[in-house]
Amino acid sequence: MQQTRAVELGTGLFVFMGILALFFLTTRVTSFDAYEGDEGYELTARFDQVGSLKTRSPVSIAGVQIGRVTEVEFDNERLEAVVTMRIASRYDRIPSDSDASILTQGILGGQYVGLQPGGAEDYFEDGDEIPFTQSAVVLEQLISKYLFSQGGGE
Amino acid sequence: MSNATIRGLRRLALEVLYSLRGFFGTFGAGQLFLLRIIVNMPYALARPRLIIKQVYVTGVQSLVVIMLAGFFVGMVLALQAHLTLSRFGAEDTIGMVAALGLVRELGPVVTALLFAGRAGTALSSEIGLMRATDQLSGMEMMAVDPIKRVVVPRFLGGVIAMPILAVIFSAMGIFGAWLEGVIILGVDEGAFWSQMQAQVDLRDDVMSGVIKSVFFGIAASLLAVFEGYNCVPTAEGVGRATTRGVVHTSLTVLVLNFMLTAWLLGGN
Repeated sequence: MQQTRAVELGTGLFVFMGILALFFLTTRVTSFDAYEGDEGYELTARFDQVGSLKTRSPVSIAGVQIGRVTEVEFDNERLEAVVTMRIASRYDRIPSDSDASILTQGILGGQYVGLQPGGAEDYFEDGDEIPFTQSAVVLEQLISKYLFSQGGGE
Repeated sequence: MSNATIRGLRRLALEVLYSLRGFFGTFGAGQLFLLRIIVNMPYALARPRLIIKQVYVTGVQSLVVIMLAGFFVGMVLALQAHLTLSRFGAEDTIGMVAALGLVRELGPVVTALLFAGRAGTALSSEIGLMRATDQLSGMEMMAVDPIKRVVVPRFLGGVIAMPILAVIFSAMGIFGAWLEGVIILGVDEGAFWSQMQAQVDLRDDVMSGVIKSVFFGIAASLLAVFEGYNCVPTAEGVGRATTRGVVHTSLTVLVLNFMLTAWLLGGN
């Protein structure tokens, strides 16, 4: 009996350690975020050009992450990209005339959706579309624009 | 072509055929053995005490080896990453490099290899000795199915212990990387953790590692009990079965690792 006790105790501690290690891996090593699953509300926005924006790219306002991109689709009718994003429910006071733009983190960083708050009285709700958007800047287009403007000046 | 060459070629062809037959024969026997284990599982599941004892033998008694190995693997990962990344001024990312390497690859694979060496050999030789000393036949005489009583609890114990060991290995490795990177090499602690958290994904990285280790647990435990159960019942046979168990497990784990990574968990 004494031996069985030791075995059971050892096994229990072992499994507990495993759970502890898994907990460490999920909370400390990964960004355990609240933008997973069905929490929060969805917004959509239409862009002419989304650049390299992907699902799971962050959505932020004033530099603070408030949600994630859940879907990037192409609208066959209007020939635009439709970006669906999920915003955490505690950020429910974003003015409904805010505008969305696609920006880049650092020089080599990935792209994200940045929201600039507007001044409207009412707020975005689930399923709303962000009215004003600004597309991603594509380096090649920027260069060609610059070259053409140089040529036109003379 | 002379007669001798033709004879030589024919012998070679026969050898190849025989070894192929042997390979597929063993492969098929292994599948059938797994089937027998699965069919007999309810009996063992109704007696959890047998399984707990085996989790203790395979899991708890391998714990120190796994933790030490994980710790040093993590330390050397941080050291190597620091040597290379400091050339580009990207030392801050060593936390991410070490964590991704450990959680996705090294954790499951190295744990499975150590598991084969530490627990797999114990299983093979124990069951092999039972076979050699006619204990298994004795059980059959008493109308106790040795598959139910001996093999299934050991198999299940290994399957349960393996993912837990792999997770502990990864956690210890990250602790080792932190110790080497932050404390010894002086990488900024905030950058170490934040880079790691930004790049390591719960589902794609941590869960894929856990899924891998479950598959490795099944493969390693199955091979260990299979080799032990089917050994030649002599002292030499037990020794051979144990060696074969380790070699086959190591190769299977490495091949399986590639297949799982490429087809099941890779892609996007």
